[in-house]
Amino acid sequence: MSTHTEEYEPFNTDEIEHSRPDTVKVTLKTFRFNAETDYLPYYKHYEMEVGKDELMLDLLNRIKWEHDGSFSYRRSCRHGICGACGIKVNGRATLACKQNALELVALFGNELIIEPQSKKRAVKDMIIDKKDFWDKHAQVKPYVVTEVDPHPETESKQSIEEFNKFLDSDLCIQCGNCHYACPVVEVNEDYLGPAAFNAAYRFTVDTRDEAGRERLELTAQMGPGVWDCVKCFECAEACPKEINPIEKITKLHNMQFEQKVAVSNVATRHAEGFVRSIKKHGFLDEADIVIYSEGYLGMYKHLKTAIKMLKAGKIHFSDSLPFVDNVPKSKNLDEIQKLIEISMTNKL
Amino acid sequence: MSKLKYALFTGCTAKQSTPELLSSTLAVAEKLGIEITILEEASCCGASHLQDFDEFLAHVLNARNICYAEKLGLTMITICNTCQLNSAMTKHALDNDPELKARVNEKLAEVGLEYKGTSEIKHFLYCLIDEYGLDNIKDKVKVPLSQFNIAPFYGCHNIRPSELHHDANGGENPYNPTSLDQLIEALEGHPVDYDHKNKCCGFHVELQANHTSEVLAGNAMVDAIDNNADLMVTPCPLCHLKMDTYQDDIGHVIGRDVELPVLHMPQMVALALGCTEEEIGLNFHVQKATHLYTETA
Repeated sequence: MSTHTEEYEPFNTDEIEHSRPDTVKVTLKTFRFNAETDYLPYYKHYEMEVGKDELMLDLLNRIKWEHDGSFSYRRSCRHGICGACGIKVNGRATLACKQNALELVALFGNELIIEPQSKKRAVKDMIIDKKDFWDKHAQVKPYVVTEVDPHPETESKQSIEEFNKFLDSDLCIQCGNCHYACPVVEVNEDYLGPAAFNAAYRFTVDTRDEAGRERLELTAQMGPGVWDCVKCFECAEACPKEINPIEKITKLHNMQFEQKVAVSNVATRHAEGFVRSIKKHGFLDEADIVIYSEGYLGMYKHLKTAIKMLKAGKIHFSDSLPFVDNVPKSKNLDEIQKLIEISMTNKL
Repeated sequence: MSKLKYALFTGCTAKQSTPELLSSTLAVAEKLGIEITILEEASCCGASHLQDFDEFLAHVLNARNICYAEKLGLTMITICNTCQLNSAMTKHALDNDPELKARVNEKLAEVGLEYKGTSEIKHFLYCLIDEYGLDNIKDKVKVPLSQFNIAPFYGCHNIRPSELHHDANGGENPYNPTSLDQLIEALEGHPVDYDHKNKCCGFHVELQANHTSEVLAGNAMVDAIDNNADLMVTPCPLCHLKMDTYQDDIGHVIGRDVELPVLHMPQMVALALGCTEEEIGLNFHVQKATHLYTETA
């Protein structure tokens, strides 16, 4: 699918900006599917000369206006606010009305593969059924929950400091790009996903809101919650508003501990267990972290793997028994221990 | 070319479950005349899990590691994508937030250290490509890997978030990374082109969301296998551990046999440079890989 460049070159869109020719002949390999009439999706190729100022949305319009009037896609505001025109180009989540087309040609070559955000949810061409996105978004109560005086005499003011707590989370336009770029959403149907977590963070840190604890309890659940995040950073890469959803996922994790919502389970013990190991060795004790996280009873699941790793020499007998304190220690371990003592802010 | 010198942050796995990663890295450096000083003072980077528990503490510990590279006046190099990510995230946060930097330095002062921000942080992969140079590596190849189709598996934390890797760490297009492909070509191997080369292996949820983890790893592995890969290579020991150690479980979950040797990037280079069997350490793999040495020797 991807094309090879001859020389290894750092990825820098500024350079692309300056070296761009006026028009380039581009083939749009375009996903076509009508759920009412087609048994399987297919790809149609449209060739066009693309100008340097054209956006991906312009190309979608040209497919519809110059080639096939039945081609379907969502679009509305044309300036990156409504979030309707999210698509994928060569696998890259893209907001069509914000993305210059030749910038993508510079990254991927002259064949652009135009696909909906999620092929398995396609209804017609680029249009997908976003029901799962909206349901999950709604679950985190993405609004300020509070008793409102219907006849207020003063404004409900937010200071600059209070506003700054939102970070970039308030910029979300619900386009779904991060949600459908997330590999966990594809595998775990309960998982709330990065956009819902971003919204959960946004309203939980709002000083006017009173549902923070409820949101932290929901996002602490195994399955739907933040502990199922695989830390791939696809969401950070996918956002057209340059929001960093995984940063909010980390903040939610931290807030679960700070506000004593976190309960002791395999995931929370795994996070906290790092402190235990680092305090002891400087390094992570790889065997101990599994035992500490799972508990001795939970270890039966890992016996088969442990035996394989022992056989291959991945678990060492070097100085003592395996699993018993034979981890190399960092030099100046006392510094590490002191820093943990004076810097640690959370407890499980 | 003047002699390249680096401070090596080994990370935890290279000191424990993947000794072959450390031995092959040091062997490659020696063959290429790269001088390595191991940062023995360094602690764990937190692997993104300590960050979930206590982000500030993670910044303090990572800043301490970087301090020791700064003391040597050297670039800090990593041999694990997750070490790279977490060290670079701390550097990025501290270099861009004077208030946070001051808070962290207040703690570091208690142990007589100060984070200045003078050392770059770079994965060994990009030292080889951007600083040593592919042409220079080509000249040193003793055992061409021409008989192998090699699937490059990039690992998330060297390519995403891209803004973190622009300055010092390769600056790849995360949707179309090319460094490993080019390294494979320089060693005269045949890079396998497959969709999942830049996707997630699922390592980080191995304990709490096992099914997700196996499916993600499985998707990538069968994609490589279906595109005729003889072996896979990755710059990240966590991807390696997931994909080498759990092949039986992965196969069980996705309903197919999964058998594919998964090499660390420096092991592949060591193989082509003619390093010793012991240095390459293929015997430490769970999925049989020792034949790769005997086939090339």
